Amino acid sequence: MQEFLQHTLNGLSFGSIYALVALGYTMVYGILGMINFAHSEIYMMGAFSCYYIARFLKIDTPDPLHFSIGVLAAALCAGAIGFLVEKFAYKPLRNSPKMNILITAIGVSILFQFGGQIIFGADPKSFPSLIEDKNLFDIFESPFHLTDLLIYLVSFISLAGLSFIIYKTQTGRAMRAVSTRPDMTPLMGINNNKIISATFMIGSALAGIAAVLVSIKYPKIDPMMGVKIGTSSFVAAVFGGIGSLHGAVLGGFLLGLGEYYLVGYGASTYKDALSFIILILILLYKPTGLFGSTRKEKI
Amino acid sequence: MKKIMSLLAVSLFVFSCTKKTNDNEIVIGSYSSNTGATATFGVYQLRGIEMAVEEINAKGGINGKKIKHINYDNKSDSDETLAVVNRLISQDKVVAIIGEATSGRSKIGASVAQQHKVPMLSSSATNPDVTKVGNYIFRACFIDPFQGYVMAKFMTENLKLKKAAIMRDTKNDYSVGLSDIFAEKLKGMGGEIVTDVAYQEGDIDFKSQLTAIKAKGVDAIFIPGYYNEVALVAKQAKELGIKAPLLGGDGWSSPKLYEIAKDAINGNYFSNHYTTESTDPKTVEFVKSFKAKFNEVPDVMAALAYDATYMMAEAIGKTKEITSENIREELAKIKDFHGVTGKMSMDANRDAVKSAVVVQVEGENYKYVTSVNP
Repeated sequence: MQEFLQHTLNGLSFGSIYALVALGYTMVYGILGMINFAHSEIYMMGAFSCYYIARFLKIDTPDPLHFSIGVLAAALCAGAIGFLVEKFAYKPLRNSPKMNILITAIGVSILFQFGGQIIFGADPKSFPSLIEDKNLFDIFESPFHLTDLLIYLVSFISLAGLSFIIYKTQTGRAMRAVSTRPDMTPLMGINNNKIISATFMIGSALAGIAAVLVSIKYPKIDPMMGVKIGTSSFVAAVFGGIGSLHGAVLGGFLLGLGEYYLVGYGASTYKDALSFIILILILLYKPTGLFGSTRKEKI
Repeated sequence: MKKIMSLLAVSLFVFSCTKKTNDNEIVIGSYSSNTGATATFGVYQLRGIEMAVEEINAKGGINGKKIKHINYDNKSDSDETLAVVNRLISQDKVVAIIGEATSGRSKIGASVAQQHKVPMLSSSATNPDVTKVGNYIFRACFIDPFQGYVMAKFMTENLKLKKAAIMRDTKNDYSVGLSDIFAEKLKGMGGEIVTDVAYQEGDIDFKSQLTAIKAKGVDAIFIPGYYNEVALVAKQAKELGIKAPLLGGDGWSSPKLYEIAKDAINGNYFSNHYTTESTDPKTVEFVKSFKAKFNEVPDVMAALAYDATYMMAEAIGKTKEITSENIREELAKIKDFHGVTGKMSMDANRDAVKSAVVVQVEGENYKYVTSVNP
């Protein structure tokens, strides 16, 4: 029981990270109908920008204020990078076939991975502990840590903020409109380009936040760090039904739990296989995922 | 791709036919992972080699001939290793090769060196299969079975613990080799392997494995991986409240281990090739001059690479005519070579026979605990 509980806690905590990253995939798909393969690299850039900003501002010591600055800085930088990637790589291809933009996304992803290796160096860096990790309390002898609490908390706040933006603000309404009828929205006075940029920025900012949370818990960052988490999050998004927001969140949690149970109960060799098995099964039997449907409000 | 491959094959053929040696210098090649996942191994290895080459050249070289050392970075990558070793042999026409720090990539380099009959001396590849590639492949360190034996013996005799869990990196020859031998030896010594779990290089989360281990209740966890993952494992083990000590092999040896894991890694043990606390004048001198040069304590990869270079120089010095074949013969005859990592001799399998030390992590330093002889 204790073991099961511990696996569940671990799985939920990592699942919320998957959820944050998966939202980026799903939002961009919802609005442009493309898979932004560079999303995992924006995640990586979030971690690195936080790393360099923390070192530059000398805020690499544990302190709640430093943590908040770090998360904000990563969100802003990742958002800015997302904006630039969209502006320079995807926007010029807005009217070309979907395949072109997909291949461009893969190209951007490779550019960041290897550019990062040249600029930051390929050897892993030790991420500063921006917050002191301590054991808050034990649930049935399973320790519950401050970093876990922060992961839940920050993920929850980000998700709440996201749904507020999408369902309660003018921009959010415009996003939903663009995702359903991009051809009609300009007639309603909506600037499609602006809305698409905003979507990229929000999705990227979430990835940046996730990157800082992960890096504080697992203080090793390198330019290839986004690859594994990006793949798993992408699967989570497909699992939940790509294009569906709550689908991505649920997919993230389910995948996180699944991986932990699988590894915890014997088949540790097959950890990475799980996400691909899920992907194959979903594509075979329910291509729309858990929540996705051909006619659903998408963003 | 096919075109490139055939081009490569042709160029290899042409180059290998026109082998020649420069009279005034001896060209020795090396390859190391200066960037990538195991970057610190390569950087220290290269420092060790360069320091030794500089010293030898300053003393007049080998029988009056200076060493010309060429190093390529393989970016911690298998395919790149294949390319750079080919380049060393076909383009630079080296007479001998030193490399690599890791077993997996040494094995790849070894297959190329063997094929072209160029002697290769690996500084710290501990997997037994590396020298089995062929009679031109040597190593200046002990092999995994010995490290597995050392840690099993240390666990049962010094720590007096019986129940162990193994965490192995399934895609890594080194880790798998050490794990298998440790399991076998520990059982022979009356111990027990309670559970054997896997992870993969690049993983960042090990909590599910550690939770499963914790639930089984073990005395010690044997994790013969590389510093990157071990550091994160130590951190997460501490978070989960696991008190059992972690045991490992020489793959732990890197400043990054403490940098990433911080206090969580302190007090854990691993087997190593040498200790900087040694009182052997040769070692003391080496540590001193390395510190003067790089302002850092030499890690084990540097020490082994330094020894490997001197060993290679000794073998070359004994040859009448410097050819790859002669160097191979002399390397095989190395006996009681006194290096900074201790005395060693080549056995029939072209593996160095030498003693190992067990050290305990104490911040950035490794405290000497005990020595285990072959």
